[in-house]
Amino acid sequence: MLKVEDTQVPVDFSPELISKFDDIVSRYPLGKQKSGLLPILHLVQAEFGWTSVPAMDKVAAYLEILPIEVYEVASFYSMYFLRPQGKYVLEVCRTSGCCLVGAEKIMDHIEQKLGVKEGEVTADGLFSWRGVECLAACGFGPVLQIGPEYTFYENLTNDSVDKLIGDLTAGKRD
Amino acid sequence: MKVTIDGIPVEVEPGTSILNAARQIGGDIVPPAMCYYSKLEGSGGKCRTCLVKVSKGSEKDPRPMPKLVASCRTTVMDGMEVQNITSPEVIEARKGVVEMLLINHPLDCPVCDQAGECHLQDLGFEHGAAKTRYEFDRRTFEKIDIGDKIQLHMTRCILCYRCVFTADQITNTRLHGILNRGDHSEISTYISKAIDNDFSGNVIDVCPVGALTDKTFRFKNRVWFTKPVDAHRDCDKCCGKTTLWYKGEDVIRVTGRKDVYGEVEEFICNTCRFDKKKTADWVIEGPRKISHKSVISSNHYEFIPLPVVKTNPVLMEANKEQFERDTRL
Amino acid sequence: MGRKLLLEHINVPGINTFDVYRSKGGYASVEKALKTMSPEAVVEEVKKSGLRGRGGAGFPTGMKWSFLAKPEGVARYLVCNADESEPGTFKDRYLMTYIPHLLIEGMITSSFALGANTSFIYVRGEMMPQIRILEKAIAEAKAKGFLGKNILGSGYDLELYVQPGGGAYICGEETALLESLEGKRGNPRIKPPFPAIAGLYGCPTVVNNVESIAAVVPIINEGGDEYAKLGIGRSTGTKLISAGGNLKKPGVYEIDLGLPVEEFLYSDEYCGGIANGKRLKAVVAGGSSVPILPANLILKTINNEPRLMSYESLADGGFVTGTMMGSGGFIAYDEDACIVRNTWNFARFYHHESCGQCSPCREGTGWMEKVLHRLEYGHGKQSDMDLLVDISKKIEGNTICPLGDAAAWPVASAIRHFRDEFEWHVTNANEATTRNYGLAHYADPLPKLESVAG
Repeated sequence: MLKVEDTQVPVDFSPELISKFDDIVSRYPLGKQKSGLLPILHLVQAEFGWTSVPAMDKVAAYLEILPIEVYEVASFYSMYFLRPQGKYVLEVCRTSGCCLVGAEKIMDHIEQKLGVKEGEVTADGLFSWRGVECLAACGFGPVLQIGPEYTFYENLTNDSVDKLIGDLTAGKRD
Repeated sequence: MKVTIDGIPVEVEPGTSILNAARQIGGDIVPPAMCYYSKLEGSGGKCRTCLVKVSKGSEKDPRPMPKLVASCRTTVMDGMEVQNITSPEVIEARKGVVEMLLINHPLDCPVCDQAGECHLQDLGFEHGAAKTRYEFDRRTFEKIDIGDKIQLHMTRCILCYRCVFTADQITNTRLHGILNRGDHSEISTYISKAIDNDFSGNVIDVCPVGALTDKTFRFKNRVWFTKPVDAHRDCDKCCGKTTLWYKGEDVIRVTGRKDVYGEVEEFICNTCRFDKKKTADWVIEGPRKISHKSVISSNHYEFIPLPVVKTNPVLMEANKEQFERDTRL
Repeated sequence: MGRKLLLEHINVPGINTFDVYRSKGGYASVEKALKTMSPEAVVEEVKKSGLRGRGGAGFPTGMKWSFLAKPEGVARYLVCNADESEPGTFKDRYLMTYIPHLLIEGMITSSFALGANTSFIYVRGEMMPQIRILEKAIAEAKAKGFLGKNILGSGYDLELYVQPGGGAYICGEETALLESLEGKRGNPRIKPPFPAIAGLYGCPTVVNNVESIAAVVPIINEGGDEYAKLGIGRSTGTKLISAGGNLKKPGVYEIDLGLPVEEFLYSDEYCGGIANGKRLKAVVAGGSSVPILPANLILKTINNEPRLMSYESLADGGFVTGTMMGSGGFIAYDEDACIVRNTWNFARFYHHESCGQCSPCREGTGWMEKVLHRLEYGHGKQSDMDLLVDISKKIEGNTICPLGDAAAWPVASAIRHFRDEFEWHVTNANEATTRNYGLAHYADPLPKLESVAG
């Protein structure tokens, strides 16, 4: 069950965002606008950093579906964050292929480097990290991705992770 | 269309499911169904307890089906031959499904209001093993409050989706749904909301286990100490045909009239269910017939004779154990 | 060296742009199909090619197409399954990243064959960069008149859209994918009806893997018969193999089906052997869902014949001594890999990805994970192996969709072939937390047939 404050964050969709929604919904046959739910939730999360209840309620109103339909979908898929996250969420692949080449050590390193456990946010609000299932890059492991563009960082080493975190902290992002 | 189930032929309409064909025959050869509910469109296929073996696809294409199929969602073909309790493979698979359904179930029957009319209890009794092989903590959920009429016990839920279909098809809106995925899936409203509208109480009747129970009946009595009586009243919202559950002179619970498969004959409204608990509110029709096998019928009401299926030699041979148990009674 | 049908131009600079792709003969199949062929003729060519679905099941694509219902006045859909999430498989990401127009071209030709006027490419949400690449490629193709109304003056209209997923392995199952595309939870549907009759929005739909769609391009360009000459037996054509794990040269390779596994593993043209001079212990040949095989059984079949990279040869010996082609996700394990840990890793994956709709998979995957976790961390029992095999049997075949089977097979096969390593984890629990079991006898020459049978 949600905390009360999670249900009360103010959310406002800009006209630009709404026009992106319109564009998505125009792809589907009339009356099948619910198809736009997943892409729209991605847009919302990119805008606000996570998927809050008020945002989902507004999406439901936009798509003319029940709010519970949006909650059901958002909680089913692993990419939608139902809790606030760090500005950068480091998602490290933890499945077989990457594990064979050291993904677990990379996760240990990230945990130590950031000083927060999986799923937690650093004090400065910049980072959180988590292990995710196969990212389909098994030949280039270990890999991690950072949303909302889901940029990929391959063949990770402790050094390259340090550099990445350093760059992000300094506000540099390629 | 002619279909043969466990050696017993039956003629059914095209489009009938194997399960419903079996129900037309009746008796022991009817596969158990935990998620299928004939009055809810789209239900079924999920719990896998009704798996059967199709040993002959049809007259035209006699090949057997490669896997066991969910009888509730498989349509019969002319000349189809189905094995249920005569197939060791089916019995074994069903045992597996029951085990899976029980590993995370709290087994809190002693404090559960559903005990005595719980389908999972029946299923466990008929197909389960006495001991569990599961040696880990059972799954738990955060408790959520869905109002003062309906009690949600998520730990008992087997995720049959019936209550979701009920909300979609019987009530005017749906506030609850299935959240999360895999074995973390749960029935929830996500944000605190009371599920309370004219027909919301029907989720209690369709729930095969004690996940959704009647708060107004909570801890008041064991169902086998109560007397079910059919009654009706003029209701402007629903059919008004219900079963009243008496404890002495008091109506302590009102439900829809459930048939032998635990399905209500007609859905009833919340007014009839929760607000009409005086005998004076009702026209009494007479005692509700309950299967002699149910614990609810212990010590009272008439004995329903063994179905004709019992005289079938194929079945007697294939299912000696159960036959003996039943005929001993 | 085998012929490259899909990746021939992969190293050409700028091949991801329309102009370069076109200058290398791109979109020829669209021109050929739309201008000179009927849709039925295109389907016929694909049938003749013997192309088998590259997503994992290996069902003949042409046959799948011919099952598509064609009621009057009802829209038909082609949906490309780019929800690549099978551990070990990354060929589709590679193809979409570097040569997106090949997929677009295949989509146009295939949509024409099926009579679809709106087609979707369902890409897993994590592949946002690939989604942008595809969207750009679609815009380019549209600007050049290969998409939209009246393509190349043929009167054929097609709109092509990219749809992102939300992060769920189960959406690689075709009916779950369609549910997801309709904006719902990715719960697989109960079949029948199959998508060919009632798929997306209840309309007849074909769902094909990225690589299958891409393979339509060379099939139409060169003819189905020519394509069928490549490969071996019923495994026709070329296949992309995603090679990963402890290999010297991991990556995506296009092979002629029928290439010996040994050559693929050790020749410099392909994987170049095991990294760091170690020895091979085991291989998962077709993505995590297929049975794992020890080194000796992956290189040779039980009859001591060289095992080939083909649907039939990999499956030789059934589940007792064989495996499956699957989606071509080839993971190699060196002598220091721990099979118990890997099996636990796979079980965790399936536990995490089970949709939770049907009970055997929902409960069984979590149970298997817990037992394997206990084994890996030194609290296992000798009876756990039998328990795991039994759980896997109770899941296999009893679920709505193949995810249940996919979760059961890796566990069952790991115990079948590596039982002594599992037992060692029980008997030497302390030691197992500090070192690995090692290669043991898993690369030894196969025993003679008689002793195996006994």
